[in-house]
Amino acid sequence: MTGRARAARRGRLPVVLAVPALIGLAFLIVPLAGLLVRAPWTSLGEQLFSEAVGQALLLSVVCASLATLVCLVLGVPLAWLLARANLPGRGVLRALVTVPLVLPPVVGGVALLLVLGRRGIIGEHLDAWFGISLPFTTAGVVIAEAFVAMPFLVISVEGALRGADPRFEEAAATLGASRWYTFRRVTLPSIAPGLVAGTVLCWARALGEFGATITFAGNFPGKTTTMPLAVYLALETDPGAAIVLSIVLLLLSVVVLVSLRDRWISTPS
Amino acid sequence: MTLRAELTVTRRSGFRLELDLPIAPGQVVALLGPNGAGKTTALRTLAGLLPVTEGSISLDDQVWDRPPSVFVAPEDRPVGVVFQDYLLFNHLSAVENVAFGLRARGTPRHEARERARTWLDTVGLREHHDTRPRRLSGGQAQRVALARALATDPGLLLLDEPLAALDASTRMSVRAELGRHLAAYPGHTLLVTHDPLDAMVLADTLVIIEGGRIVQQGPPALVARQPRTDYVAHLVGLNLYRGSAEGTVVTLDSGTLTVAEPVTGPVHVAFPPAAVSLHPEPPHGSPRNSWPVTVAGIEQHAHTVRVRLDGAPPVLADVTPATVADLHLAPGLRLCATVKATEITTYPS
Repeated sequence: MTGRARAARRGRLPVVLAVPALIGLAFLIVPLAGLLVRAPWTSLGEQLFSEAVGQALLLSVVCASLATLVCLVLGVPLAWLLARANLPGRGVLRALVTVPLVLPPVVGGVALLLVLGRRGIIGEHLDAWFGISLPFTTAGVVIAEAFVAMPFLVISVEGALRGADPRFEEAAATLGASRWYTFRRVTLPSIAPGLVAGTVLCWARALGEFGATITFAGNFPGKTTTMPLAVYLALETDPGAAIVLSIVLLLLSVVVLVSLRDRWISTPS
Repeated sequence: MTLRAELTVTRRSGFRLELDLPIAPGQVVALLGPNGAGKTTALRTLAGLLPVTEGSISLDDQVWDRPPSVFVAPEDRPVGVVFQDYLLFNHLSAVENVAFGLRARGTPRHEARERARTWLDTVGLREHHDTRPRRLSGGQAQRVALARALATDPGLLLLDEPLAALDASTRMSVRAELGRHLAAYPGHTLLVTHDPLDAMVLADTLVIIEGGRIVQQGPPALVARQPRTDYVAHLVGLNLYRGSAEGTVVTLDSGTLTVAEPVTGPVHVAFPPAAVSLHPEPPHGSPRNSWPVTVAGIEQHAHTVRVRLDGAPPVLADVTPATVADLHLAPGLRLCATVKATEITTYPS
């Protein structure tokens, strides 16, 4: 028996597993391939640099980045609290934090409207005292995206924190470092891979956010129409444009995935 | 100017540690005991990483821990700790590791790095200022950890099994070097170890704990001569001498010993009491270390009898009860002690 035949015998997959596996693979890849096949390649450049696409793309990137910033500022301390502080009912807190992860985003949008809307529990006072109204504004987009994306960051950072050896923090304390100094100089660098992965995931989630955004922030071109909303709109009026916008989002996703894989996921440092 | 620790720590598991531990300035106290005896717990209470349940810890007139009202956080205690696996910060270079404590306490960056460099030079790491901990050998990492702990001029230096992570060959040289740094350090030192050799070479006082309680304390030589429990007898049952070597001959304060490996300069020599044989007459033939001794005392332990012998040098021997009977061992009896040169460990001091 030749070496190749032997290897083939050893490596042979059971049909029961191989067939559904291949169908599953096709199911995931074919729609994306279809997107590329149906793309209006001839007018692609023109569409890609049209004002509508540029506007939506810019708004999306700006809002997703701002939302990610909000998530970092609030989410990293929250992750630290969940991982390190001696809180009663920490399990319940952790479960609550993950709710937006499984919640249909539309429900999140409705919830945000009820709280931050002009007649909302908090929104009412914001409007009355400061004249601030969040729904249907660009700030509303950022809030909706942050609400949906923050759990990704918190879960990722908390996992990294729990994996980090707390004895390094003790060592820092014996060297005279306050908890804040220790957090900045010891804890954060040691969870850098988890933090970066969480940030990228969070940004990607915010970029693709649709349900909560359209519910809470509405659909106003140049103000709240982000890429996913623009895709949905264009599908009705100009399917070609919808495909172009989708390809841009697909490309961004692939870039995110590749940067994650190469730098942090496959080779944890 | 003394560190006083009279502490009781009760853990949820039911474990209870009771310790009364005064340390004078410049003194090195070794806390010795089997695993689970409470050594690390004691070290953690002194560092402030664990509060005491009762009692108090104070340095000079500063109280660090006295329930229920006083507890000084670890970052506010002038302590330096060398951890068992060093816990060097892997994302920082050697200099940044050593400068960490100074920076954390508010020393400006430039000055902190200057002082860190001086410390690294002192511990012999002039070549490794910018090396990351991962790229250092075990012995080098230990020295960075020591420099990091000493850089903030702590009043209390805590060493948690500082040599346990090293292999046997590095251990000897690092131990000798650590001994020199400890001798130069004016503060209070507590060394936690389960290795009697480390304790006897590095410490002025041994405190031996078993099951959370002190079973014996005193200068190493005294503890070795008069062990109070089987554990202590087994633990510190070591004939340890300081001497000066010239080839294979080591001249001790009293007497000489012949060793297997030639060495030069000041050395420690050690051998276990079980390596000593006792004979009624000087034996003929091979043993090169053979000298007259007088029985000074006999102590029965679980399976062996420890015999204290006066002579040049004085020596401890572990023999079987059968030998006691054969030789009619009794205080005042004159015998001849022999030790094979290959049984003697030599290391620079």
